[in-house]
Amino acid sequence: MKIHEYQGKEILRQFGVPTPRGVACFSVDEAVAAAQQLGGAVWVVKAQIHAGGRGKGGGVKVARSLEEVHSAAQQILGMHLVTHQTGQDGQVVRRLLIEEGAQITKEFYLGMVIDRSKQRVALLGSSEGGMEIEEVAAHSPEKIHTVRIDPITGLSAPDAAQVARNIGIPDVAIDGAVVVLQGLYRAFVEKDAMLAEINPLALTADGRVLALDAKFNFDSNALYRHPEIVAMRDLDEEDPAEIEASKFDLSYISLDGDIGCLVNGAGLAMATMDIIKLYGGSPANFLDVGGGASKEKVTEAFKLMLHNPKLRAILVNIFGGIMKCDVIAEGVAAAAREVHLKVPLVVRLEGTNVEIGKKILAESGLPIISGSDMADAAKKVVAAARAV
Amino acid sequence: MSILIDKNTRVMTQGMTGKVGQFHTTNCKAYANGAACFVAGVTPGKAGQSYDGIPVHDSVMDAKAQSGATVSVIYVPPAYAAAAIDEAVEAGLDLVICITEGIPVHDMLRTRYKMLGKKTLLIGPNCPGLITPDEIKIGIMPGHIHRKGRIGVVSRSGTLTYEAVWQLSELGLGQSSCVGIGGDPINGLKHLDVMRLFNDDSDTDAVIMVGEIGGSDEEECARWIKGNMKKPVVGFIAGVTAPPGKRMGHAGAIISGGQGGAEAKLAVMEECGIHITRNPAEMGRVMQKVLKG
Repeated sequence: MKIHEYQGKEILRQFGVPTPRGVACFSVDEAVAAAQQLGGAVWVVKAQIHAGGRGKGGGVKVARSLEEVHSAAQQILGMHLVTHQTGQDGQVVRRLLIEEGAQITKEFYLGMVIDRSKQRVALLGSSEGGMEIEEVAAHSPEKIHTVRIDPITGLSAPDAAQVARNIGIPDVAIDGAVVVLQGLYRAFVEKDAMLAEINPLALTADGRVLALDAKFNFDSNALYRHPEIVAMRDLDEEDPAEIEASKFDLSYISLDGDIGCLVNGAGLAMATMDIIKLYGGSPANFLDVGGGASKEKVTEAFKLMLHNPKLRAILVNIFGGIMKCDVIAEGVAAAAREVHLKVPLVVRLEGTNVEIGKKILAESGLPIISGSDMADAAKKVVAAARAV
Repeated sequence: MSILIDKNTRVMTQGMTGKVGQFHTTNCKAYANGAACFVAGVTPGKAGQSYDGIPVHDSVMDAKAQSGATVSVIYVPPAYAAAAIDEAVEAGLDLVICITEGIPVHDMLRTRYKMLGKKTLLIGPNCPGLITPDEIKIGIMPGHIHRKGRIGVVSRSGTLTYEAVWQLSELGLGQSSCVGIGGDPINGLKHLDVMRLFNDDSDTDAVIMVGEIGGSDEEECARWIKGNMKKPVVGFIAGVTAPPGKRMGHAGAIISGGQGGAEAKLAVMEECGIHITRNPAEMGRVMQKVLKG
């Protein structure tokens, strides 16, 4: 689960990481009032959306007067901010962060991720602040310094100081950098994060280090023990279809194509998307109905897919193991009836009680196209989508 | 022979008195030699009870001492599952299979750290388990699609593994053992570990390796195969069409920071001599072709 920059900074401050003073705002008036309240002569007006690359897209502006704060807020609020992470339609900006300006002499990158092969939390630091770490990794990997952290002892002060020195933080700011690094690590672990970034970490003219940005992604499996993180969820930033799916315990991801797929199991669901593509079609979604695909769940899954105006055909691919094919067949037939399905439906069933399942579908009176195996079903659904 | 488990393996179920634990223990008990293999259950505070003729104990240590079981299978809910693994490791079991899906990653990081230097092997979490056909099944896979034979199967997914097994069985190609290593980012045995076991198993002639997007396990396994594997390997990676940055069902199935894409995995696997297919409906037939030389 992702959160906004201003929420990330709240968390960082709780762990002792210094950030510029700032106020989250939902209107132009609030933005001007916030700038007044913060005082000073320079402010930064920052669009709050979950995607990165906001600055390049015109979502971050420096203002040198309250009038400039007003006009920047007016420009940014409500804009469709397009970045490399939003897709071409962009994301509507509904929230702003107004921050005091800071005198910056240099910028650094700090990141924390789960290193899957080493099975440790990895701290990444780089002198290339403001750049995306993927770009640095591609062009100058020697500039990335990595420390893998022992989960029992945590990030020690000497290790943190070493990373700070390695990325070029000057001696005067090392103590401050240690506070930042150790705070970031504690926030990462205590809040069950999967990814955290401070990019950039700024060195100010008076030798302090400040988190100018904050990005967090939390482990959705651990949200049950973090109601304070769940409270930060912003549904405006999520795909409505994915939100709807999560209410019914369905795992759903919208894609660009026109062939809906309903599958049990994540691996098989991906493989089904892949085989549709392989036979010349284009999948409209990833959808895993999980192990207990009841009639209700299948019906909701059909409704979700049918919300997509591009949808031209549906492929149901079920490998019934513990879940029996006859139960699935009943669910598919009932769901197809309930939603008055108008697009072609291809069903491939395999596994436990497959013969009874096929019989149920054949006798349902519904125009269901049967696929004998995964390849046959994929070919048929691609042909059906083309014929519509 | 087979890998990891056979008809002489003795198993305890952790989370024995829950609905899921009971359902699957009954199914496993009914498969092949299961009635002799499944000898104990563990649920704290429920010692003295029994389920389906299997006695329940308070702790893994008690269950081990009284039943002789050296393997456990875990169906404990996600918030307690990492502690259940820790308990099995502390008790010195040989192998723990964790079926539970949804364990927090940081819990698994701590659990894996505590396993360093211990003898216990872990399969999963978030996996279907493993099976040696006609001998023993530990997990949630449908037993009847399997056939005894000489092909090893290792996979990160559940139903996609069943698909691969089914294709093999339909072609008359039985399996030596099938191992689901699970879809989580932090897990126990990886493709590489299972591949080594298959390489050393005199009853395995060839292996199907099913991977998916996320992480670099498949690449690491492929590089090892290139220099060490004496048997042919057929490979498939799910998720060629998956968009970056989106978690595709499994917690570990995500392309992040430009890492873990399916095409890159397939390229490394091909380069390392694995017989890859991009068609998930062809896994069995590609294996058949490879075996015919």
